[in-house]
Amino acid sequence: MSASATAAPAPPKVLRVPEHTVEIVSDSGEGAQKCGQIFAAVSAKMGNGVWTVELIPAEIQPPPRVPEGASGNRIRVGENAVTNWGDRTDLVIAFNEQVLLARHRVDALADDALLLIEDKWARSEDPDIVAQWEAALKELSSKHYRIIPVAMEDECLTIVDNPRKGKNMFALGMLARIYGRDMELIKAQIAYAFRKKSEEVYTQNVALLELGFHWAEDNIDIRVEIPTHASDKPLVVMNGNEAIAMGSIASGMELCAMYPITPATSVSHLLSEVFERFGGIVHQAEDEIAAVGVAIGASYAGKVAFTITSGPGMALKTEFLGLAVMTETPLVLVNVQRGGPSTGLPTKVEQSDMLAALYGQTGDSPHIVMAPATIEECFHIMITARRLAETFRTLVMVLSDANLATGVSPYPTPTLDEAWQAAPLDLAPVKEGQKAYGWNKETGLSERIIPGRPGGMFTLTGLAHDDRSKVAYSSDIHQHSSAMRSRKMAVLQSLLVPPTVYGDASGDLLVVGWGSTKGAIEEAVDRARKEGLKVSSLHLRFLSPLEPGLKDIFKRFKKVMTVEINYSDEPDDPYITEENRRRGQLSILLRNATLVDVDCWGRVPGEPLRPMSIVEAIRGRVPRGGAK
Amino acid sequence: MSYTCGMLPVLDQHEDHHYEMSEYEGAKARWCPGCGDHSILTAVQRLLAAEQLAPEQTMMVSGIGCSSRLPHYMKTYGFHGLHGRALPVATGIKLHRPELTVFVTMGDGDCTSIGAGHWVHAMRYNVDMTAMLLDNGIYGLTKMQTSPTTPQGFKSNTQPFGTLLPPLNPLEIALGVTNASFVAQTAEWAPSHLYATLRAAYKHKGFSFVRILQRCPVFTPAIYQKAVQDPARIQLLVHDDGVVTPDLEKIYKSQLHHDPRDLAAARSLAEQTETIKLGVFYKNPSKPRYEESRRVAPRTPAERIALLEKEFARYAV
Repeated sequence: MSASATAAPAPPKVLRVPEHTVEIVSDSGEGAQKCGQIFAAVSAKMGNGVWTVELIPAEIQPPPRVPEGASGNRIRVGENAVTNWGDRTDLVIAFNEQVLLARHRVDALADDALLLIEDKWARSEDPDIVAQWEAALKELSSKHYRIIPVAMEDECLTIVDNPRKGKNMFALGMLARIYGRDMELIKAQIAYAFRKKSEEVYTQNVALLELGFHWAEDNIDIRVEIPTHASDKPLVVMNGNEAIAMGSIASGMELCAMYPITPATSVSHLLSEVFERFGGIVHQAEDEIAAVGVAIGASYAGKVAFTITSGPGMALKTEFLGLAVMTETPLVLVNVQRGGPSTGLPTKVEQSDMLAALYGQTGDSPHIVMAPATIEECFHIMITARRLAETFRTLVMVLSDANLATGVSPYPTPTLDEAWQAAPLDLAPVKEGQKAYGWNKETGLSERIIPGRPGGMFTLTGLAHDDRSKVAYSSDIHQHSSAMRSRKMAVLQSLLVPPTVYGDASGDLLVVGWGSTKGAIEEAVDRARKEGLKVSSLHLRFLSPLEPGLKDIFKRFKKVMTVEINYSDEPDDPYITEENRRRGQLSILLRNATLVDVDCWGRVPGEPLRPMSIVEAIRGRVPRGGAK
Repeated sequence: MSYTCGMLPVLDQHEDHHYEMSEYEGAKARWCPGCGDHSILTAVQRLLAAEQLAPEQTMMVSGIGCSSRLPHYMKTYGFHGLHGRALPVATGIKLHRPELTVFVTMGDGDCTSIGAGHWVHAMRYNVDMTAMLLDNGIYGLTKMQTSPTTPQGFKSNTQPFGTLLPPLNPLEIALGVTNASFVAQTAEWAPSHLYATLRAAYKHKGFSFVRILQRCPVFTPAIYQKAVQDPARIQLLVHDDGVVTPDLEKIYKSQLHHDPRDLAAARSLAEQTETIKLGVFYKNPSKPRYEESRRVAPRTPAERIALLEKEFARYAV
């Protein structure tokens, strides 16, 4: 035996692939996320496309060794840009078998996945743990996984006293070896991650990293090679919530009022740390209603302010949102959507607040609703939102979701522009005869007057009012002012360009999506086209007003279908008829606007859509030989 | 924030102008004849003239209800918003534009019922503004429903056999909030006291909460009637640091020297409701003000871009 241990290992089998998906899963607090983040950052620096998703349990500190506590990162690494989280995972490092079971049970792992599991549990003195280990391995044997037990903590004990704190670096070392990652880049990332700690912490982490690397060199017989292409443009890597925070700064907004709610709150975490340096503040209000009230007060008094929330918070803000529309007070609201209704799935993705965002206010309440499709768009949409809110004197809603909020991916570093920022406040006396709502009769647009301007005094009111903001006591005033507020939406639509079709401009099926699903839909379309299906896709950023030219685009396809992360009945479900079928939210909107019989396919699994599931939906709707 | 520089010339222009009371008058008030709100409107206009506040630098923020119509009757900037939500709006205005002078008018339903959460937190934020609770003990605009301050036994449209619970005491609540800095009570039927109290509230730096007892001539004409008719039912809280109204001292012979810095005494007085106490219960100008702790240095667009580029470097691949 000793002879074989010292013999040179056989050269590893090299797997050359265009992409691979890796997960590191652990109990909360074992450092799996740090390991995953460094692996992803280094992969991006080396010129790979990367999409990282955080695996987050609902509790802060769930009990150890339970499937519900699975925490970690899932990193899809590709030769080219990666636009979504993909299908299933190819390689997993798990710190215990229970968190691995969680991933197995949600069908997250490829049938032939390579699983590296901490195996100290098999040797536990606690017979219950040993029994759990054995039961888990039996359950995992239902698939053709390749399981490699690794004594991670025992290995780490040769360097440190408390291996629980250091094995994430050992795991990172294994990944570095398997994926041929640049060790110098990794060390630089570790130095950055522990920049607030002592030199000794850095040295110890690097020692653990190298231990893992060498252990994998000696014991893992496989290497994965994903070609890299260094980017010619500088890139930044961040999640969608960070991009929203950065975009709000770039827009020149100076006040974010919020109340904590998952998964929106991390926008305010970043802003709370840095916003004051930029001349802005984050106001944590006493409740969701107060948060939007403070934002409206600030907006009314000067520069456009914003509020961030998720579905339940948007519901609470409803009355104030109507006030912003009625008083034509600019306001930006970001809704990072989660599963609903009610408390729903607080940490999980869903796109089911669209209709509430569009139509959730009382009375006629025309306003702008937009949805970013990528992390990069999360940045730019805040600049557009601020400008539209000011120009059109109305509420602008931005619908992001938990997929964008927690997905991490690189995008080209924006070239910042001063013109993105709000102009300084104009406090000059108002012009003779200028009215509080000097509506242009054609467009409904008007210049607003902020307090502090001599000669402009008026009382803003949520009551129906005339152009001088006087309370309306006659019905024609309400008819006219309603038309003026509504007209602005048509004017904005007239300024938008028709969306671009992804794929051929005509065919059997057009898939229409909105928000975070763009990457997964387009990947699915690519795969379906390779199968010979005549399918294209269209992705909408503007939901109110809708982007122009949709009816003409739809006419060129035999069938149009939305793909959405919200619930819809399947046509062949029990009791479901053409008339009572409850449809996907975007399809309801499109049917109304175009009178085209738009079909829909939606799922609410509490996770981003997998491209393969969309391919299957496409196959189901377009049988080979073309649409019926 | 970058308004400061642009604002100064505007202020300079108005240094010479003397504002008459009539220059603060907006639309003709449409409250019922005999409504206490008329007297409150006059007191506010008198205060603005006495303090020579530039109308364009003055904000009247309100919620919904009879009392919340007040901004329409002023010639200042006004924000007539949502029921119960005047205080968050006023807080937002003051956070972004601290140089504006902000007054808030709310009714008892507005402040102590649907907006009670905001009321407690606004007291605690202690943002510099004058908040008036126009307390007539009833919902007027919606036609006589029981409010939190309706006297027990009062027959309303929603509690026709008599209001069920004893009324909420707004002073006790206000004085119970951590970081409250100014709590006073006055009455619309004592105009000089009303004016003096509002003036003390205006001059206080911080959140000034003034409960104004107010008669609704249609629904609750009688609730303060005994006190109106019998001065012995009223006790004045007198102090140089609070409110002193010599003209009233002959009418209201019951006077108590109360130091408004004494919070324990203020709380004890607030609990004693056999006589109506008018005056400043509590005042402490040294309490931290939220907007002061949120002041940030303004940035030019160019500075913001330079800083943001540095911030992006943290995320560079």
